[in-house]
Amino acid sequence: MAKQKLVVIGNGMAGARAVEEVLARGGAEMFDIVMFGDEPHGNYNRIMLSNILSGQQTYDEIFLNPLPWYAENGITLHAGERVTEIDRFAKVVTSAGGVKEHYDVLLISTGSRAFMPPIPGLHTAGGTLKPGVFGFRTIEDTNGMVAAAAPGVKAVVIGGGLLGLEAARGLLNHGCDSTVVHLGGHLMDAQLDATGGAMLRTAMERMGVRVLLSKSTTEVLGEDKVTGLTFKDGETIDCDLLVVAAGIRPNAEIGTRAGLTVERAIVVDNHMRSVDDPSVYVVGECAQHRGMVYGLVAPLWDQAKVFADHVTGRNRDAAYHGSKLATKLKVMGVELASMGITMPKEERDEVIQFMEPKKGTYKKLIVREGRLVGGILMGDISKAAFLMQAFDRDSPLPDERLSLLFDLGAPPQKVTLDEMPAEAQVCNCNGVSKAAIGTAVAGGCKTVTAVMNATRAGKGCGSCKGLVGDVVAWFLGGAVEEDPSVHWYVPCIPMKKQELVAAIREQELKSVSAVFRALAGGVEDPASKIPLASLLNTIWPGEYVDERDARFINDRVHGNIQKDGTFSVVPEMAGGLCTPEELVRIANAAVKYKVPLVKLTGGQRIDLVGVKKEDLPGIWRDIGMPAGHAWGKSYRTCKSCIGIDYCRFGLGDSMGLATRIEKTFRALSDSPGKMKLGTTGCPRNCSEALIKDVGMVAVGDGKWEIYIGGAGGAHVRKGDLLCTVEGEDEVMKVIGRFMQFYREDAKYKERTYTWVPRIGLERIRAVVVDDSEGWCERFDREIEAAIAAYRDPWLDRDAPKTANQFASLIPAEG
Amino acid sequence: MPGDTLTREHVLGNVDEIPVGEGRNFEVAGRTVAVFRNHAGEVFASQADCPHLGGPLADGMLGGSTIMCPLHDRMFDLRTGSVLVGECGITVYPIRKAEDGTLLLSLDG
Ligand SMILES: Cc1cc2nc3c(=O)[nH]c(=O)nc-3n(C[C@H](O)[C@H](O)[C@H](O)COP(=O)(O)OP(=O)(O)OC[C@H]3O[C@@H](n4cnc5c(N)ncnc54)[C@H](O)[C@@H]3O)c2cc1C
Ligand code: FES
Repeated sequence: MAKQKLVVIGNGMAGARAVEEVLARGGAEMFDIVMFGDEPHGNYNRIMLSNILSGQQTYDEIFLNPLPWYAENGITLHAGERVTEIDRFAKVVTSAGGVKEHYDVLLISTGSRAFMPPIPGLHTAGGTLKPGVFGFRTIEDTNGMVAAAAPGVKAVVIGGGLLGLEAARGLLNHGCDSTVVHLGGHLMDAQLDATGGAMLRTAMERMGVRVLLSKSTTEVLGEDKVTGLTFKDGETIDCDLLVVAAGIRPNAEIGTRAGLTVERAIVVDNHMRSVDDPSVYVVGECAQHRGMVYGLVAPLWDQAKVFADHVTGRNRDAAYHGSKLATKLKVMGVELASMGITMPKEERDEVIQFMEPKKGTYKKLIVREGRLVGGILMGDISKAAFLMQAFDRDSPLPDERLSLLFDLGAPPQKVTLDEMPAEAQVCNCNGVSKAAIGTAVAGGCKTVTAVMNATRAGKGCGSCKGLVGDVVAWFLGGAVEEDPSVHWYVPCIPMKKQELVAAIREQELKSVSAVFRALAGGVEDPASKIPLASLLNTIWPGEYVDERDARFINDRVHGNIQKDGTFSVVPEMAGGLCTPEELVRIANAAVKYKVPLVKLTGGQRIDLVGVKKEDLPGIWRDIGMPAGHAWGKSYRTCKSCIGIDYCRFGLGDSMGLATRIEKTFRALSDSPGKMKLGTTGCPRNCSEALIKDVGMVAVGDGKWEIYIGGAGGAHVRKGDLLCTVEGEDEVMKVIGRFMQFYREDAKYKERTYTWVPRIGLERIRAVVVDDSEGWCERFDREIEAAIAAYRDPWLDRDAPKTANQFASLIPAEG
Repeated sequence: MPGDTLTREHVLGNVDEIPVGEGRNFEVAGRTVAVFRNHAGEVFASQADCPHLGGPLADGMLGGSTIMCPLHDRMFDLRTGSVLVGECGITVYPIRKAEDGTLLLSLDG
C-alpha cells in the first residue's frame, strides 16, 4: 500500500509526542510525516522554562527533539513556518511563508498562547506588546525576561497561579524586586483552598516576593515602555518589567477558519478526532474533549497515545476518557502538590487534615467513599507520589487514615517497589510507568541514564529522578551499571582520564590536534579542546605543543571575559600586599584607559573590569606588575591575614608564606579546576583558610596545619585536615605534591571539594604525605619543571603570540 | 567586471591575519563579520554576535566547522548557520580563499 501523508500543525509538546507515539507503532512504514512549527527550533520541554528563568537549568537540557531528530526519523520539519490556512476540501495546508503540503491525515496541535487581558496600555499603538511586557510561554519570552531582569529592576507579575508564581520566583533569582498581583482572594485559587493559599503567601513573602491580593489592574503606564500599573482601588505601583500570566487561550482560530466546530477549543470525539472531519485529529491544549480543555501535560500524553493507536489502526477502539488533574508547583523553596477538588462538595465527603503553620506544613485530603477526590500537600510532600497515584487510579485507600498523611514507621523501599503496580506512573511529567521502565531495562538499558534517555523518565521537572533510579535498580536486581560516558574525560574519546593519559604518553601525543587525529578519528570537538589542552600541559610540562586555539579566550589574552566581551585585569598582589607606587600606577592606568569599574576581589586584589581587548597590552605595560592569574583553571591566589608582625594574636608569618606560595605556584597555569589558597596566622582564621582548596593555619612553634578540599562559593565545605607540618619548607613540599596529584588525577572541572571526598582523605594522605605509591619524587620533579617553564603571560604585550592577538576588529582591505 | 553587479566580493586581507584554529572580527562595509580559519585550512564567515546574549563568536572555540560561543557555550555550524546547541541559528556569509591566501567575502550572496 502506498504511504499516506500525515501533516502535523504545531511542533510542541503534544504534536511531537503524538508523532513519537506514531513512530513507536511502526508509523514510519505507513506515513510520510511532515511537521510545521512556529519556532525556528525543535520541540522543547516547555514546563522547564520556569527552571531556565530561575537559572536552575540551561537550554540544552530542555530540548526533547533537537533539529537532527527530525531528519533521523525521516520527518520533514518546516521550522519557523506558521500555518495560516487549512483547505479541507483540497486537503492542503498553507503556511505564512507560502509552503503548501497536501495531507491524507491532519493533526492539529497548536497549543495555546498567553492570554492578554484587555487592560489599557498593555499594547503600543502599533498593536504589539509594550516594551517591558512579556507573556510566559516560549523560549523567546523567557530570553526576553532574562535580558530585562537585573538587580534592582522592579518586576511585577499579573496572575498568582502556578505560572505567575514560578515567574516571580525566577525573577527574584536575577535580583529583581518581585511582586505578584492577583485578582483572586488567595494565591493559586484553582488548586488551593483559602488556608493553603494564605500559607503559600507567607512562604512566598518569606522568600522576598511581594504579594498583592484582590487587585484588579486597570491600566499599564508608560509612554514607550512600561513604567507602572494602576489598580481599581486607585493605587499605583512602579514597574520596569511586567509579566502577564493571567491564563492561556487555545490557538483554535485555525480550526474556526477551516470550518471545524470550535467552542473554547476545537471539539473532538473520544478518538481525538474532530467531530466534523474524520481525517482531522486534534491533541493538546487546542483540543476540547467532553467540555474540558486542559492546560497541563499529563492529559496530552494520554491523548497522544489514543491518537496514535487510532490513526495507525493499532486499536481502532482506542478512546480517551478525560484526565484527572494533579500538579506540583516548581518554585524553588516551596514544596506544594495539589490534586482534584479543594473543598468538600457533597455531604458524604470526609476531610482529613493536618496543619503546622510555623513550619509551613499543611495537608488536606478529601475522601469520598474510601477514595481520594482531592488533596493539598504543602511543606512536606513525601506522600505525594502515593497519593497522586491513588487519586489518578481511583484506588481504595487504607482504613488507617493517618497513614495517608504520614509514613508511620516507614516501610522499607523494597516492599513498596515490589508492591507498586506495573502501570503506576513513576514520572508524571512525561507519563512513564513502572512497566515502561521495565521494558527499557529488558530492552538492554543497563544504566539509569540509558533508561532516562529511552523513556524520558526523570527528564521533566526532575523531582522523580531518585525514584526512577530506585525502580531501575529494582528491575536490575541491584545490578545497575553506571553510564560509561560519565567517566570519560572528554565526550569525543571513550576513555577514562587514566586510560587517556596512558594513550597520550604511549603515542607521544603532544598537541591537541594530534590527539584528535590519533584518538578521535580526526573529528575536532570544540568543547573538548580546552580539557585536552589542560591535560597535555600537565603531562608534558615544557614539551607540550601549545596550539593557541586550544585555549579558552581567557587564556589567549590573559584576562577574564565579561558579558559584554571586554576583559578584566587583575595584577598580582602576593598575599594581598602592594606598594604605594604600584597603587599609583594602577590608579593612573585606570584613569587613562577609562576603566568603568575598579573592584577589590575576594582574593585580596584589585580588579580593573571592562577593559577592551586592544587596550590590554597597554594597560599591562603601564601597570608594570605581573599577571595575577585571575582568569583560568589554574592556581589563582593565596589570601592571607596580617600575620605576626602587627597582629597581637599572630602565631605564624602568614603574609610571608602567602607571598612565597604565590611566587612559586603561580606557575601552575593549568589544572582541572581553579585552586584558591589561603594562609592564616592563627586559628582565628581571618583569611578563611578553612574553606580554601588548600589552606594553612599557623598553630605556633613554627607549625602549620594544612587543610584541603575546602570551598566557600556556590558550594560550601570545610577543608579536611591533611596533616600538620613544621616549617614553611615542609608546607611548600606537601602542598606542591597535593596540587600535582590533583592536577594529574581529577576530572576536568572537578574542584578539590569534590575530588578530595571522592578519592578519600586517607588515600590522599597516604600518597602525598606518606608517599605510599612512590610518586612524590615525580610530583616534585613536575612541579619544578612547571616553575622553570614559568613566564609572566602579560609579557605577550611586547611579543604577541599570534597574529592580531589583541585586536577586537580588523579593518578589511577593500 | 561581469558578475560584479550580482555579488560584490570584499577583500578582507590575507588569511594569515587569522591564526589557525581561531577567529577574528573584520570590519567590512560598515559591518562587523566574524571570520574563522580551521586546522584543515577552511575559512568561514558569520555574524559577529551570538544570537543568545551577544557573545563575541570570534573569541569562541572552533572545531572543524563548529563554533562554540565563549559566554554560554551555544554551538553553531559555520557551514550552514544552523544551531547545534541553543535556540536559533546564525547568519553565515560566503567566503573564499584565493590562491595567494587573500580572503574574499560576499555580504549579500
Ligand atoms: C513556564 C511554563 C511552565 C509550565 N509548567 C507546567 C507544569 O509544571 N506541569 C504541567 O503539567 N504543565 C506545565 N505547563 C503547561 C505545558 O507546558 C503545556 O500544557 C504543554 O506545553 C501543552 O502542549 P501543546 O503541545 O498543546 O502546546 P505547545 O507546547 O504550546 O505547542 C504548540 C506548538 O504549536 C505551534 N504552533 C501554534 N500555532 C501554529 C501554527 N499556526 N502553525 C504552526 N505551528 C503552530 C507552536 O509554535 C508550538 O510549537 C507549563 C507551561 C509553561 C509555559
Ligand atoms: S551569548 Fe553566546 S551563548 Fe550566551
